[in-house]
Amino acid sequence: MNPFWLIPFPPAAGAFFLIVAGRKLTRKAIAWLACLAVAASFALAVVSFVNLAGTAQAGNPLLKTLFTWIKAGDFRADLAFRFDPLSAVMALVVTGVGLLIHIYSTGYMSGDRSYARFFAQLNLFTFAMLILVLADNMVLMFVGWEGVGLCSYLLIGFWFEKPAAAAAGQKAFIVNRIGDAGFLLGILFLVLSVGSVSFGAIDEAVAGGIITPALATLTAVLLFIGAAGKSAQIPLYVWLPDAMEGPTPVSALIHAATMVTAGVYMVARLNALYAASPAASEVVAVVGALTAVFAATMALVQNDIKRVLAYSTISQLGYMFIGCGVGAYAAGVFHLTTHAFFKSLLFLSAGSVMHALSGELDMEKMGGLRKHLPRTYPTFLIGAIAIAGVPFFSGFFSKDAILTSAFAHGHYFVWALGLGGAVLTAFYMFRLIFKTFHGEERLEAEVKRHLHESPGSMTVPLVILAFLAVVAGYVGLPPVVGRQANLFDRFLEPVIKRAAEGGHLGLGTEWALIAASVTAAFLGIAVAYGFFLRNPRIPRRLGEKFPGLYKLLVNKYYVDEICDAAIVNPLVKGSALIYDKFDLAVVDGAVNGSAKAAGFFGRLLGLFQTGLIKDYALAVLFGMAIFLGVLFF
Amino acid sequence: MIPAGWFLALSLLLFVLGIIAFFIKRDLLTQFLSVEVMLNAANLAFLALAQGPAKAEAQVIVFFVMTVAAAEAAVGMAIILLVFRRRRSIQTEDLRTLKG
Repeated sequence: MNPFWLIPFPPAAGAFFLIVAGRKLTRKAIAWLACLAVAASFALAVVSFVNLAGTAQAGNPLLKTLFTWIKAGDFRADLAFRFDPLSAVMALVVTGVGLLIHIYSTGYMSGDRSYARFFAQLNLFTFAMLILVLADNMVLMFVGWEGVGLCSYLLIGFWFEKPAAAAAGQKAFIVNRIGDAGFLLGILFLVLSVGSVSFGAIDEAVAGGIITPALATLTAVLLFIGAAGKSAQIPLYVWLPDAMEGPTPVSALIHAATMVTAGVYMVARLNALYAASPAASEVVAVVGALTAVFAATMALVQNDIKRVLAYSTISQLGYMFIGCGVGAYAAGVFHLTTHAFFKSLLFLSAGSVMHALSGELDMEKMGGLRKHLPRTYPTFLIGAIAIAGVPFFSGFFSKDAILTSAFAHGHYFVWALGLGGAVLTAFYMFRLIFKTFHGEERLEAEVKRHLHESPGSMTVPLVILAFLAVVAGYVGLPPVVGRQANLFDRFLEPVIKRAAEGGHLGLGTEWALIAASVTAAFLGIAVAYGFFLRNPRIPRRLGEKFPGLYKLLVNKYYVDEICDAAIVNPLVKGSALIYDKFDLAVVDGAVNGSAKAAGFFGRLLGLFQTGLIKDYALAVLFGMAIFLGVLFF
Repeated sequence: MIPAGWFLALSLLLFVLGIIAFFIKRDLLTQFLSVEVMLNAANLAFLALAQGPAKAEAQVIVFFVMTVAAAEAAVGMAIILLVFRRRRSIQTEDLRTLKG
């Protein structure tokens, strides 16, 4: 028996207990309960994974139907779970990274008043995310999809006393609603055309030609709108930078490692549908490539350490969508996995820096921290090296797999954008490293007095994640090592059909592409070194030379301002106008008018009620007289 | 045997007297008594008609009316007593709280 369908439930139980009894528990008990719940899930995921990998029929997904949930006419949705290589990878990432972040949070959040609430929501998030990745149909997946959205909202606004945090939570929720509208429409089209929402039925319908190419394009693009909302792609990425108002472990778990990758997972899960529609795939790839470069340019000039990482996450998600868009779904999921390790590592390391500096986020007030944070510095550096794409670190293998596939499938434009993005990635990451850990100290005196390395509960997860960020790449070696060297691709093969044509390059071309990627990475690092260590005056002079461009980047292309001007303000003003002219005048007028009319008639009829018994008796007498008169005459 | 018409005439007379008494008297107790008079006028009419074909039914209805009248008298007197205790008056002009 494979216990995969039990994986989501320990965190659900943990969340339940923490919500019900969290106030009565000590901090230690809360921390243990929350961590043990996720640890139990992780153990179950490992057992299920080993079980799945060990069985010969790894090609057949394991299904477990708990009960029929919705039944209406021909439509049916079960509470059913599915376990195949793809969900196995996702479940391992979610529970594994989730466990490390839970442990980290016990230290990071130790000073917070709402300790139980934090862990209850973190556990609830883990539950919802596991439902999302283990669901066997679109409807149950949507439940998980909305569940993680809710937890994201709650945790971004965790410090809701801070107006910026509360506003950021709302922004995330509303922007995601826009995407979800598309997602829901996509599901409805699937219901209409396939008649079922289970993944097996959808794959069969695509294979059997029930879904016409036009319908496949429509459905796939609608679903991708949902993915763009959840995974922060153009034009719905605006919520993710603001989401950094939440606690740092939340940024690491939800806004780097797991929830934001849900869109990538969904596209990979429905790879048959996307493969059936070249147009939709093209949309995915181009949006991904544009986002990868666009977000990276915004990361270049940010001084808030977490915002740099947020834009970097958007950019890396773009890479994952490039992979999915060019048909290399396995490469996209591979990058998802390695990114989960190195980006949560980067976020947690940034959290450790913040912890050491009493919550300071501004890089201008850091510098030279290398000496003071002897354990955070190496882990941060490893994360940066991994994401920059330096050879032999995980990010190199996964990013290269995506770019090679893009090239091999003839998407040269997308490949070029991706390569440019890689230079920018290396540059902004090492700008972050150099400004934070190297150079002169720009600390404020008060902050410097409290400077301290983080406790073991925080640094141990960092070390484990750093280890994973280094070695995770070796499960997906490039084809130059050997055609069968990519264990990751082979493991996912039952779920993801390899594209028939294209994808095979000569060894020489492969090496050339790898050389290009490596050059891009080192170019970015070298420029960052030149700008921020060798000659720190260059950036300022560049800024003065191109003031327009610099201002454009610092202000993030004014996208938020444009959104405010084009969408938010007209909505607010329009609503105010409607409130004034329609609500107050018409709706309230109707309500108050009917009350007034009732009052008027009441007073009119009240004249008959004199309170004198004789008048009533007279009325009875007259009534009787009229009655008798009618009866007899 | 006195013909039923006489009885009916007497019944009508009593009923009209009851109505008149109800309207010219101002205290609840007397009005209550006049209602009793009207009830008994009705009873008399029933009994007069008992000479006709509906012998048993008319007499049964009279028993019902008497029972109801007894209960009504008990409740009515109690209410009037309580009203008097509270308001120190049973004049209908003084009891106009329910004026609309």
